[in-house]
Amino acid sequence: MEIPYYPGCTLNTVARDFDLSTRRSLKRLGIELKELSQWNCCGAVFPLTPDNVMGLSAPARVLNRAEKEGDKVTTLCSFCYNVLKRTDYRLKRDREGLEIINDFNEGDYRGKVRVLHILEVLKELVGFKEVKEKVSRPLKGVKVAPYYGCMLLRPAEEVGIDDHESPTIFEDFLASLGCDVVTYPKRIDCCGAHMAMGREDMVSEMSGRILLSAHEGGAEMVVTSCPLCLYNLERSEAPLMKREPGFKAMPVLYFSQLLGLALGEDGDGLFSGKNLYDPRPLLRDKGLL
Amino acid sequence: MKVRIGKRPKGDLVDLIERISGEDPSLCYQCGNCTAGCPAAFAMDLPPHQVVRLLQIGQEDMLLSSRAMWVCVSCLQCYSRCPKGVDISKIMEALRQVTLRRGKDGIEVKGLPVDLLSQSPQQALVAGFRKLVS
Ligand code: SF4
Ligand code: SF4
Repeated sequence: MEIPYYPGCTLNTVARDFDLSTRRSLKRLGIELKELSQWNCCGAVFPLTPDNVMGLSAPARVLNRAEKEGDKVTTLCSFCYNVLKRTDYRLKRDREGLEIINDFNEGDYRGKVRVLHILEVLKELVGFKEVKEKVSRPLKGVKVAPYYGCMLLRPAEEVGIDDHESPTIFEDFLASLGCDVVTYPKRIDCCGAHMAMGREDMVSEMSGRILLSAHEGGAEMVVTSCPLCLYNLERSEAPLMKREPGFKAMPVLYFSQLLGLALGEDGDGLFSGKNLYDPRPLLRDKGLL
Repeated sequence: MKVRIGKRPKGDLVDLIERISGEDPSLCYQCGNCTAGCPAAFAMDLPPHQVVRLLQIGQEDMLLSSRAMWVCVSCLQCYSRCPKGVDISKIMEALRQVTLRRGKDGIEVKGLPVDLLSQSPQQALVAGFRKLVS
């Protein structure tokens, strides 16, 4: 099965590992991610105020392109997912806004696209049972803490890929790979997001709380689906080690890297060594690499 | 502090914020759930529930001089937990928009470290510029 795929800006650059590991894993599950023939930046943030219709023009262009190439579009980055999904939600319900945007974009979007996060593709189009059956290298004994962050869950009625307070989709997915899943209270809190720009102190506090919560739950690594979450979490480990002597830095990686590993992909193709805290030694210790 | 009782003048800040955000601050009954869940409240001089309260009583100056809008990360935890459905992320965004349109920025771009520009994911910069710079 082919699914139109919107990579967004980071997946071709700093989050290359995320893109490659997902493409490879999905191929093994019988799904080909077909990159949209043309795309632009989604704008990274959804314009929150309803009066800001023009802010929807960039994501609407992406949706318009996707509509020409299929009835759904999938994306990996949580930010892209949130922006595309919210834009689509709004345009499906606001005919006047849709008309303004189509006029401005010289487009003809009709709201006939379903935006899916890749976790939803795995759950709904593949099925976690199916994933489990295809696992050739169960990740036994790896204590993994899934980190949701904000963008996959809120606002619940527009984007939520699962319950906004007690989601389980990420946990269920990791369980299908055979991991020891760590559930911890801060998994739905914000990492600090764009405060990375100029307020590292805030990011360090906010991401620090999340890491500490995962650590207290017994995690050995954290997985995420967002390049910015990964960046913020990784960079908050050193200051946290200073503040909390009991805390030891742990790898933060994309969930798709574990998926690839469990499906039997070669480790060299999954881990480019870009992580601040390399997951490979730990995985080697567990006999998985 | 002066508090006006009765009808507000049309076109004042509260009016503008209500229009831009589409939110109605008068729905809020000050339970404080928003602030309890807000992961950025520790860095705010005015926590989210107080921002709404000051809107209710029309304290323009206090609202515009507060740094709360600049440290709100738009995570929507407040909205997610508000029993009255008040979306403070929209109110914060409206406050930023009003301030940015008046030419005041949330950060000094010149002061940003170079390795942030070279190492961070693009979305950090795009999001940061869209939220914090006019
Ligand atoms: S949670 Fe809602 S009702 Fe309660 S204080 Fe905050 S805005 Fe007001
Ligand atoms: S959206 Fe802003 S005010 Fe609301 S919880 Fe998040 S940081 Fe706090």
